[in-house]
This record gives sequence, C-alpha cells and structure tokens, in this order.
Amino acid sequence: MSKQILSPLPGTFYSKPAPDQPAFKKVGDTVAVGDVIGLIEVMKSFHEVAADQAGTITAFIADDEEPVMAGQALIELA
Amino acid sequence: MAIQKLLIANRGEIAVRIIRAAQELGIATVQVHSAADADSLAVKMADEAVNIGPPMASKSYLNIANILKAAADTGADAVHPGYGFLAENADFADAVEAAGLIWVGPKGSAIRVMGDKVAARVAAQSAGVPVVPGSDGRIDDPDQARALALKIGFPVMIKAAAGGGGRGIRIAQDIEEFDRLLPQASAEAKAAFGDGGLYMEKVIERARHIEVQILGDGTDVIHCFERECSLQRRRQKVWEEAPSAALPQAMREQLCASAVALAKAVQYRGAGTLEYLYDDASGAFYFIEMNTRIQVEHPVTEMITGIDLVREMLRIAGGQPLRYKQADVRLNGHAIEVRICAEDPAQGFKPGPGTISTLKVPGGPGVRFDTLLYQGYTVPPFYDSLLGKLIVWDETRAQAIARMARALGELEVGGLPTTKPLHQALARDAEVQAGQFHTRWLEPWLDQNADRLGEEA
Repeated sequence: MSKQILSPLPGTFYSKPAPDQPAFKKVGDTVAVGDVIGLIEVMKSFHEVAADQAGTITAFIADDEEPVMAGQALIELA
Repeated sequence: MAIQKLLIANRGEIAVRIIRAAQELGIATVQVHSAADADSLAVKMADEAVNIGPPMASKSYLNIANILKAAADTGADAVHPGYGFLAENADFADAVEAAGLIWVGPKGSAIRVMGDKVAARVAAQSAGVPVVPGSDGRIDDPDQARALALKIGFPVMIKAAAGGGGRGIRIAQDIEEFDRLLPQASAEAKAAFGDGGLYMEKVIERARHIEVQILGDGTDVIHCFERECSLQRRRQKVWEEAPSAALPQAMREQLCASAVALAKAVQYRGAGTLEYLYDDASGAFYFIEMNTRIQVEHPVTEMITGIDLVREMLRIAGGQPLRYKQADVRLNGHAIEVRICAEDPAQGFKPGPGTISTLKVPGGPGVRFDTLLYQGYTVPPFYDSLLGKLIVWDETRAQAIARMARALGELEVGGLPTTKPLHQALARDAEVQAGQFHTRWLEPWLDQNADRLGEEA
C-alpha cells in the first residue's frame, strides 16, 4: 500500500517556497522524515508541511495553489 | 447621477456593512464572491450574487476582468471596493470608470499620488503638513545618504523606494550599523524590485498611531476627528478608539486641520484616512501615509459623530455634494472597537478556521457588532481571520471600557478559537485603562501576559 503525506491544516497548498522559485520536492525525489514538502496558507499565515514518513515521491495529489482540506492527501510515496 | 445598482468587490464583514448602507439608500446590490464564499452572509443579504472564480484571492477578488464582467452581466452601475483587495488599486479605479461605471472612491490619480510614499510625502510638505524627518524622495548616492542619516539622527529606517509591505526595511541604531546596512539594503532592493533606490526616515520611538478621518466631495473636505490605533501586533491594529485619549484639544484641532489641508490639496473625493505618528512626550505629529478607502475601524468614528461614513461614500459617489459643514460635525463621547479574529491568542495567534457551533451576540445600549458570522457558517481558511468587530460607545472612555468588558462577556463564538480573551485581558489592564500605550506597547505585553490569554472557564 502506498504511503501518503496529508495536509495538517485546511487552506491553500503551495509546492514552492515562492512563485519564482523551484518546488520543494518533485516526483522521483526521496523524502526523509522532517523534510519540508510544501506550504499551507491558512488565513494569510504560512505553515510548513513536514514529511511524517520517508520514501520516494511517486505523485503529487494536490497541485500548487490548490485549495485543500485538513487530512487531504498531498503527496504519494513509495 | 445617483447609484441604482451597486457591485460590492469585496467579502466578509465590510461587504455586509456596504450592503446595509446600500439598502438604506434604496440601492440594489450585487455581491461578487469566490467559490469558497457562496455561503457567505454578504451573498445571502445581497439582491444578486455572481461567482467570480476559485478560492485564491488572486483568481477571484483580485481578478479585475471577472469583476467588470460581473458588473456588465448584472447591469450594475457602481463598484464599491471596501478595504484591502483592489481598494487602493488605481488601475482598477480607472478600469471601473473606463467601463462607464461609478467608482466609489477617489479618482485613480489621487490614489496614485497618495499610494506612492515619496509623492505623498511631497504632497504633505507642500500642504504644510509635518512629515517624519527623512529623505525628500529617493536617494541613490551613498555619501548623500550617510550625510542625511547623521543630520536626522538615529535610529534611522532604510527602505526600498520601490518597495512595500515591510520588505527590505532595515533599522540602523548608529553610523557603524548604517554603513553596514546601506549596501545590503540597496542590493536587496535591486534584487527584489529591480531598483536599488532607497528612502530614509527617522524612527520615532514610543509614538502613538493617530489617524484622521476625512470626507471630501472633490471640492470641500471635512474631518470627522481622529482615531487612535496604537495597540498593534505585527503592525496589525487590534484595538481602536475615538477620540484619542492622549490628544489635547489644541493639538486635535491642529492635527485635523492639517488632514483637511492635505486632502483639499489633492481634491479628495470620498472617505479617506490620514495616518500620523504622534509623540506625546514632545507633542509633535508627523504624517506617515494616507489610506484612500474606508477603513476597518471606521465604526468608532461613526459612533462619536453620528455620521454613517459608508452611506456618505455612496451619496458622494452618486454626485451629491457633502451634506455636512465642518461645524455640523460634533465629537460626542468615546467609542472603542476590538477586532474579533479566528486566532488563538494562547497559542501564538494560530489561525483556526472552522464551523460556528454557537453564536451569542452582545446587545444593550451603545453596543454594535459588525460581523460576517451566522450560526452554522463555516469560516473558510483562504482569507484573513477577521470574524467581526465589536464596537461600543459611552459618554466617557472609562465607561466605554467598562461597557466593552460587559459586551465581551456576552459574546460567545463557538466552534473555533477567537481573540476575545485578549480583549478581555486588555480591558482589565491598568495601563490600557489609563491610556498609557504606544505602537510598541502590545507586543512585549503579549509576551508577559501569555498565560492570561486563554479562554475563561
């Protein structure tokens, strides 16, 4: 069964630290526990999403700038 | 030409406020909204609603093309921008007028002048309004910058001339630090804005934030006295009052007269606010900026003057001259507003969107609650955390604080954290009660009182 990293908060998901910068992670990257994989903007404040599992990214389930709910899957790991 | 159908290009409590004013004038309303705001109170109250895009503000509330299309599709003849979003976007003001619609606000040209730090400062100086000592315009030459820093005295703030939103601001305490920070500031400004030009200003320590409300019709300008908003966290106002507890009457007259002079100089039309720093030790005041829109804290002015500012904005935009002469505007009593936000003051003001499980709104004499809430409403996470503003009026400041404490006790918002406990603690604080604060008072107070900011049992 594949592993997923879930959004800890509701808000807007960003896969990049800033619009003109590269993504934190891309498909194929390895992820260690604690790595920042994206940001969630909640009411104009930004929160880092840290990986709570390790693995290799197989897919982004949430796109950059996508609205997400708390508990929604953001990334799939193998 | 009087407005027939008003489009509200905003959301939240200010959209509700504008709809109320429109309804009282017999104006039909169109509420534009993002996909996340379809259930909002403003959408429910307006005569018509139009979805203008996805939740992200840049795709909806900041989408000029979609807003103008909504106006055309519904036959709206006027646009009220509220505050934030596009309210101080001169290009939007121009686009609204170019589309043949009434813009409820000052001309785009006035927004441009007052929105530019350097141009606003020059306009203030030529109207005889004191400004914070600093560079009269941008500075590119490091030697000239150094000489000016020594002349105005430390601490000195260095900002990017092209900047905004606090980015690229540095504060030098002495000339050694200045020499170190100046090249950094210039390089960062060049990288961030493509323009290394800088702007310098003396830092006024222990200043109060005092602002003057004005109303203009393009010819005449009146003031509606001042508000004091010194209680701030991260440059965001938390608790606002009218009038200021610190201002002697003679100083009030000077300050308000200076605001009228500056607004007249730019032929101001609509509601606007001139912000000042006031040093109550020396009695000096300095113009810092003008906000060319209605402000969040406008209700405290309405409470002490009896003037409905949003309704006057709509009348003025509809072509009517000011209905008040300066002598008609009387300052009566004292008003306080607190911002009730979906944040937990006991946990570093962590935001907490959620669904409203219970809502008990305070009442009684002198109490007003401007809110976007209703029972069962789900507060979306995509916008700022303001849920409502609790406003009280009473004959004296001491009575107004007591009334605020009483009204906060009645307010119950269940289902998410709010800043109510912060305001309860502030209302009990001896220094707040004595009016002894400045713009940097609240943040250390929050550190010292962290344990008193939880919800009361």
